[in-house]
Amino acid sequence: MKRNLFGRPPFTRRQFLGSSAATLAAVGTMTAMPRAGRADDELNILVWCDHTDDRLLQPFAEKHNVTINVKDYQETGAALAILEQSQPGDWDILVVDSVDVARVAERGLLSELKAADMPWGDVFPELHRTDLNFIGDKQYGMPEKFGYHGICFNKAKVDIAQLRKTSAMWDPQFAGRVAVYDYYIPTMEMVGMGIGITPGTMNAENLPAVREKLLEIKKLASVIGDVPTVQNALITGAADIIVAGGEFAVTNLTADNPDLDWIIFDEGSVFWMQSVCVFANSPRQALATEFVKYILSPQPQAELATASCYWAMPANRNATLPDEIKKLLRWDEQPGFLAKSHPYFVPDEELNAKMLEVWTEFLQA
Amino acid sequence: MALVTATSAAGGIRAPRPAGLKRLALYPALIFTAAFFVLPLAVMLCISFTLRDKGVTVDWFTFANYRAFVERGDGVLLQAMVNSLEVTAVVTVLSILIAYPIAYILAYRVPARWQRLLLVLMVLPFWTSYVIRSYSWLLVLSENGIINRLLTGLGVIAEPIGMGNNRGATILGFVHFFVMLLTLTIYSNLVQIKESYRRAAADLGASPWQVLLHVTLPLSLPGVAVGAFLTFVLCIGDYITPQILGGSKELLMPQAIMRQVGRTADFSMASALSMILMGVVIIAFLFSARRLRMDRL
Repeated sequence: MKRNLFGRPPFTRRQFLGSSAATLAAVGTMTAMPRAGRADDELNILVWCDHTDDRLLQPFAEKHNVTINVKDYQETGAALAILEQSQPGDWDILVVDSVDVARVAERGLLSELKAADMPWGDVFPELHRTDLNFIGDKQYGMPEKFGYHGICFNKAKVDIAQLRKTSAMWDPQFAGRVAVYDYYIPTMEMVGMGIGITPGTMNAENLPAVREKLLEIKKLASVIGDVPTVQNALITGAADIIVAGGEFAVTNLTADNPDLDWIIFDEGSVFWMQSVCVFANSPRQALATEFVKYILSPQPQAELATASCYWAMPANRNATLPDEIKKLLRWDEQPGFLAKSHPYFVPDEELNAKMLEVWTEFLQA
Repeated sequence: MALVTATSAAGGIRAPRPAGLKRLALYPALIFTAAFFVLPLAVMLCISFTLRDKGVTVDWFTFANYRAFVERGDGVLLQAMVNSLEVTAVVTVLSILIAYPIAYILAYRVPARWQRLLLVLMVLPFWTSYVIRSYSWLLVLSENGIINRLLTGLGVIAEPIGMGNNRGATILGFVHFFVMLLTLTIYSNLVQIKESYRRAAADLGASPWQVLLHVTLPLSLPGVAVGAFLTFVLCIGDYITPQILGGSKELLMPQAIMRQVGRTADFSMASALSMILMGVVIIAFLFSARRLRMDRL
């Protein structure tokens, strides 16, 4: 019989089973135990990284004498996983990709917002999309920040005139100098736009054409990655352009790298939008709604637009942005940009799976 | 300390064992392992047999995720596993080839009083953040990095060469890390080999190379095996290094797993891929343990 360092079997089978059962029972008991209640002066927010700056949260916390507990996440899937592991009432505020508001609301997780109480009058009219933040006539999310998928570039190496058309994404002159932002929906829509597929009309029939063009881009690509990866590529010289990049990828880097810039194509762009929502089970509904209104007000909008994590457009047209920031964000060009831009589309599950397959193939090619 | 000395049925003396309360000291480790390893692993195994659609579990027992591993997108996930195995094999072999001479020189050529200092210097890079170390390599290898600047400055190359954001950069980052690990495991094994063995071989006429090949190397294989196994396990499951240094131009298995979680929250598929990866690690362990006698270490 095998013996341990002490010269005897460490556990008999019966002891092992007994110990395991006791352990599992203990773990189960701990899991089932009610947790200590939340303090009354806390607001728990599940948000993107641009909501973590003290300069954004502190004024609200001081005014309402609350502690704001922040948890940031990257993708909606991760947020849903966090929510699955949470108790009802754990969270008050959610910031989420606007295309996912309905997805979260359909699970009964979000509280209805009274559209009449929201500052819609200050928000760019193009962002007032009932197909994104509403289900029927009920509002569940309030757009707070948005941006564009166009192209980022290094002015020292590329002339902006070379980037006006969508065909720049697969122009052989940029071979080995192309970084591609690794988010399949907007990037595939951009590529689709370049071959005549209007954003929002992608389907199983025209997907193969997008696939072909993606594989063409892959041959030119030096890097494919998330925001920090493509930013690094531009800074370190591994790439001169970022396909599907926008203000979110370069504007906060221009202080150290003034040659970095961004633009959208003449044909238009795909724009993204994030929304702030209130959880249905939040025990602080009134305070959470106040937080939504606060985030949409002019000064917090300016702070949110220039968050240390990433910059982008404030949804509020009256955000108090300094002139030099407006220039970097191409603020004066917003009406024209918005007029020729399309929001993300939300593919159904079947098309989404096919698009993911194509994207995975693109990465693996 | 109260120790009990037991006598076996055959009359031999057993090693002392802790009695009474001392045995309870084992329970925290057992509980910790059961709660934070065995239980989550069992849950993950169960989830891997479920099927999710639109964020809802629609089938509670199916092999669909395991089939998808082979069939999805003309085998792109299978290719991710092949990529992982290729990278891991190259990293493990390169790391052994570099680490063994270093460990040998440390153990047999460096005076004992300097060995400890050199070992500390060897593991210094361990003290920095893994992420920062990977980004540092990216900066070193980049077009604007120190190597390209040096080569262009010396006139060796006219244009910067793209050395980062590819498989080579990933392998370099891995090898840099695992050479340190392997050096430690091989060194600790080499210093345990009795000097008399090597002297006896030399006295019997063996050349230094013959001593190395027929005495030192076979006796140090357990150290190599442990280091190689740790390298294999840590390398094949690593997400950070290929993500930062590889440029995402090909997927490795951990990246493929993360993609299941990100936007679609397909934890069933992610669990299935994780179990497959774990299966590969178990096979590697069995191979190392049986063929290379790791238990002798």
